[in-house]
Amino acid sequence: MAEPLIRIENVVKQYTRDTQVLTVLDGLSLEVEKGDFVALMGPSGSGKTTLLNLIAGIDRPTSGRILVGADEVSAMSEGALARWRSENVGFIFQLYNLVPVLTAFENVELPLLLTRLSKAERKKQAETALAVVALSDRLDHYPRQLSGGQEQRVAIARAIATDPALLVADEPTGDLDSKSGEEILVLLERLHSEFGKTIVMVTHDPKAAARAHRLVHLDKGVLKEDVRAKGEKGEIGVAAAAAIAAGR
Amino acid sequence: MLGIPLKYNVRNLFVRKVTTTLTVLGIALVVAVFLCVMALGEGLTNVFAASGSEKNVLVLRQNSQSELQSGLGRDQIPLIRALPGIEKDSDGKPLVSAELVVVLNLDKRDGGSSNVTIRGVEEKGMALRPQMKLTEGRTFVPGTSEVIVAEGVAKRFKGAELGQEIRFGAYRWKVVGHFDAGGTAPDSEIWTDSEGMLNTFQRGGFSSVLARTTDRAARDLFVAGVAGDARLALEGKSERAYYDAQTSTAAPIKFLGFFVGIVMAIGACFGAMNTMYAAVSSRTREIATLRALGFSRLSILVSFVLESIALAFLGGVVGCALAFLLVKVALSGVTGTTNFATFAEVVFAFRLTPQLLLTGILFSLVMGFFGGLFPAARAAFTKITAALRQVG
Repeated sequence: MAEPLIRIENVVKQYTRDTQVLTVLDGLSLEVEKGDFVALMGPSGSGKTTLLNLIAGIDRPTSGRILVGADEVSAMSEGALARWRSENVGFIFQLYNLVPVLTAFENVELPLLLTRLSKAERKKQAETALAVVALSDRLDHYPRQLSGGQEQRVAIARAIATDPALLVADEPTGDLDSKSGEEILVLLERLHSEFGKTIVMVTHDPKAAARAHRLVHLDKGVLKEDVRAKGEKGEIGVAAAAAIAAGR
Repeated sequence: MLGIPLKYNVRNLFVRKVTTTLTVLGIALVVAVFLCVMALGEGLTNVFAASGSEKNVLVLRQNSQSELQSGLGRDQIPLIRALPGIEKDSDGKPLVSAELVVVLNLDKRDGGSSNVTIRGVEEKGMALRPQMKLTEGRTFVPGTSEVIVAEGVAKRFKGAELGQEIRFGAYRWKVVGHFDAGGTAPDSEIWTDSEGMLNTFQRGGFSSVLARTTDRAARDLFVAGVAGDARLALEGKSERAYYDAQTSTAAPIKFLGFFVGIVMAIGACFGAMNTMYAAVSSRTREIATLRALGFSRLSILVSFVLESIALAFLGGVVGCALAFLLVKVALSGVTGTTNFATFAEVVFAFRLTPQLLLTGILFSLVMGFFGGLFPAARAAFTKITAALRQVG
């Protein structure tokens, strides 16, 4: 077994709404190996997005520890966490979350502005990232001039621009038609297999989950099922994913 | 490490054209009104500030606040002339002018009447005020009831055109020339010779003596000489100091300018704030994304404050342009107000100086800063997880 990149230790996440305490994650422990492709599934309110946010360092647990590599994400200050995210995490959102007033190139360059790279280096790296997602001919297009699938590819280019080890994706195909969705999944699979990215993806879609190599099923804030694809490079497969999604 | 690029903010301003335009116009109006009132104050200040020369000494009766309250006997004039420190003109004569000032109520062209200063001067009266130039006609011949009239006065009062007669009671003065005093005090005056005026108004003495001294040391010597002669009971002060004291006329106008400006600016701040709050809430998800990517709270705060400042800067520029047009087109003519020290009309022009324009721009930036601060703080403290899910 490869060394774990992510270690989640007995994590509890609670929200207080008025006087009511809502427990979203209830003492969850989980390890994700370096270079793994994990799909988080579960019904609405199962805590999968909350878990993703905690791993990505945009939220903090009520108790428990989260380690990514050697960094204890759950113990970092707000400022340190922002820096850590800019260096270690690439974000892919359901609604792409591109900045509408910036071109594809400028959107991809955005996270690079937080590095020490020179202008020329930033340009090179942003263009490389856009080449990986096959959008070299769309550098100067604004998001409104792109299709949904293209927008999501720009978002993926932005996520990989700084070459982070970890990619987190929240319903990356949730807003796309099946053809565009398929393209995005192929791309994620490539980032995983070719570039060795560790990917954690929240999804409702069995077809998306089928691409993952490991499927973690949450329900009511606890781990319900943890399925690993058989063989070295195998995928979960649609049938297994669908069965898990259906909560069998 | 760089912050969020400014183009992000500038482009966002242009995306929401309507709200940006309205906010810019709001700020522009405030800046324009502020600048116009300040230009008025500046014009008034200029009249007095530019009027006095450091080397000229105005001799008045002790404790007189203005020439109108002062009086000097005929017999005192030779004593003053004999004091040391006075500069000689190229013709060898001392640069001294014994002057008589009378305020008359004359009819205006557009109806009504107003007080105008009539000044009787001696031969060197004009040489003592090098900024004065005859623009039309010739100067008066002493002892002939001829006058020269400032252009600003000629435009506003009846009978002041070249060749016409100015009437007051039984008095008649023939206008033989017009002059321009470069925005200084004589621009509000009518001039004639002082001897003739003493006869006309049956006065026993002058109002003041203006003398040019050679330098600062000579000035101090002359002033000390005036004070030291017990027979005189007079005092000499530098012409500059005399007019500085009269500048108090402009003070309430400048105060009004600041007061009106600040009250309106607070209103415009709320306008900018409203716009920026709307901008922040419509971009909540975008802000959360920037935060997720690793931009710090501070860089979000700075970014949105800068956006507000950029918005206000546009307003400032438009406001300056507006004020410039207003002053050049609508307020280009000279205008008058009463000098509260002499109760005579002061003719002045609105003065929109580069410094004032700069003040207008700075003023708009301050509005932008305060208008943007709270919305920017809201943006900076957006909770990432909740905001990321916001649709729209």
